[in-house]
Amino acid sequence: MKYAIELIDISAGYDSSNPIIKDVNISIEENEFLGIIGPNGGGKTTLLKVILGLLEPQSGKVIIGGKSTYSKNYRIGYVPQYSNFDKTYPISVIDVVSMGLISKSVFSKKLSDEDLKSVKNAIERVNLKQKQFDQIGHLSGGEQQRVLIARALATNPKILILDEPTASVDSQTGKSIYELLSELNKEKTIILVSHDIGAISRSVKKIACLNRKLVYHNTKEITKEMLEETYQCPVDLIAHGVPHRVLDHHHH
Amino acid sequence: MLEIFQYDFMVNAMLASILASIACGIIGTYIVIKRLVFLSGGIAHSAYGGIGLGYLLSFNPILGAVGSSILGAVFVSKMRKNRSENEDTLIGIIWAFGMAIGVLFIGLSPGYVPDLMSYLFGNILTVSKTEILLMAFADFIIIFLVILFFKEFRSITFDEEYSKTAGLNVDFYYLILFILIAVTIVLLIKLVGIILVVALLTIPAAISKFFAKSLSQMMFYSILFGLIFTLVGLLFSYYLNLPSGSAIIVLSVFGYFIAYGFKKLSQK
Repeated sequence: MKYAIELIDISAGYDSSNPIIKDVNISIEENEFLGIIGPNGGGKTTLLKVILGLLEPQSGKVIIGGKSTYSKNYRIGYVPQYSNFDKTYPISVIDVVSMGLISKSVFSKKLSDEDLKSVKNAIERVNLKQKQFDQIGHLSGGEQQRVLIARALATNPKILILDEPTASVDSQTGKSIYELLSELNKEKTIILVSHDIGAISRSVKKIACLNRKLVYHNTKEITKEMLEETYQCPVDLIAHGVPHRVLDHHHH
Repeated sequence: MLEIFQYDFMVNAMLASILASIACGIIGTYIVIKRLVFLSGGIAHSAYGGIGLGYLLSFNPILGAVGSSILGAVFVSKMRKNRSENEDTLIGIIWAFGMAIGVLFIGLSPGYVPDLMSYLFGNILTVSKTEILLMAFADFIIIFLVILFFKEFRSITFDEEYSKTAGLNVDFYYLILFILIAVTIVLLIKLVGIILVVALLTIPAAISKFFAKSLSQMMFYSILFGLIFTLVGLLFSYYLNLPSGSAIIVLSVFGYFIAYGFKKLSQK
């Protein structure tokens, strides 16, 4: 079995006596579609930062594509929370997507024809060809989210990591984003993070729960124990609604 | 009408306006878009420490100003990187500390010391040829670096965290941007005074942001608006005998509200 990402005994945070995530172990297979849920402040962003190489773990090891270094041919495409950027920024769709290849266009170097083609392909992949020269602020929320996905796709990454991709879009748009992700999952490993159990759709193949510790049973079912361990509050409150639906769909 | 060009000080003032509009249009675009007005103020005021040191050790105060504002820029970008303290707080500290040690150094200097205030409130009508040449040189450097690092600056000001994951040395480019901001402001303060600098850095760029479709367009419009406000403001002040800086600022603010009205109307 080939693993896209392996995390071994990872502890990380900003204060060494009080790590935000502790002893996290997980092996994510290639072409996996993993949903990570957990409460706000439970360490989801910290975990993503460790995987992306933005934050050095306090202990443990990160192995990406079988190597402990970040190599160019095993790129990770990152789709940050869409509320992070300024919607009034004067920039066109194609310029945002080209940012994915920023490290190839430093010192005002022009992108090669091949790179330019990757940018165009990424835009077509998310169905925004007609709007590629529009200013990003003129797009709908769902379209803006797709622009960020295209930017991550511009480098042809093997792994795609998304932070709350459906947090600020309506359910219809959310559905179309999940359809796109399922399509992309045919050739890419996808990791998706959300605080909202209901946001994790049925396109996800496996689910892990994170609240300082990672609970992962290599299944898609969220068990009562997982939720209890993760949210540390009476599960009845949470389990009344959506989680049951997730469970029901897959108890055949 | 053309008699205005017979006065050297008016010709110099117009040259200074053109050079200041170019620098402010470009640098102001980044300041407005990344909301760096307070940071720019802090870095600019840290320059007074260097001015004071210049008087105390008798070297050119402008060199001291450039040096200490660059130190301020380095300090802020280092602290940003470590995230050890709130950025706002740090800016407040270097703002106050820079001015305080400036005044201290001047107090310690022997003999006659000119007014520190002349560095706070420069006057566009008393600009010298040397200052114009210095500013022209700074404009050249700004244009050169912004063309060279255009995509990098755009990427870090649009989405800092993503730029890091894409393999960009974000801290390095922020440092260059902060140094550019620092040097621009310090040279312009001597030229036109800090109040007009703040106005020229923010108002033309804020108006342009209403209409611009790209960053380069925003810079171009900002320079254009800056030129209109400064040159028309100078004409007003000449013919109506008004203080030049205030005339330019009041005109700019009027321009801002007219543009804001247009923007709101066009959205309906």
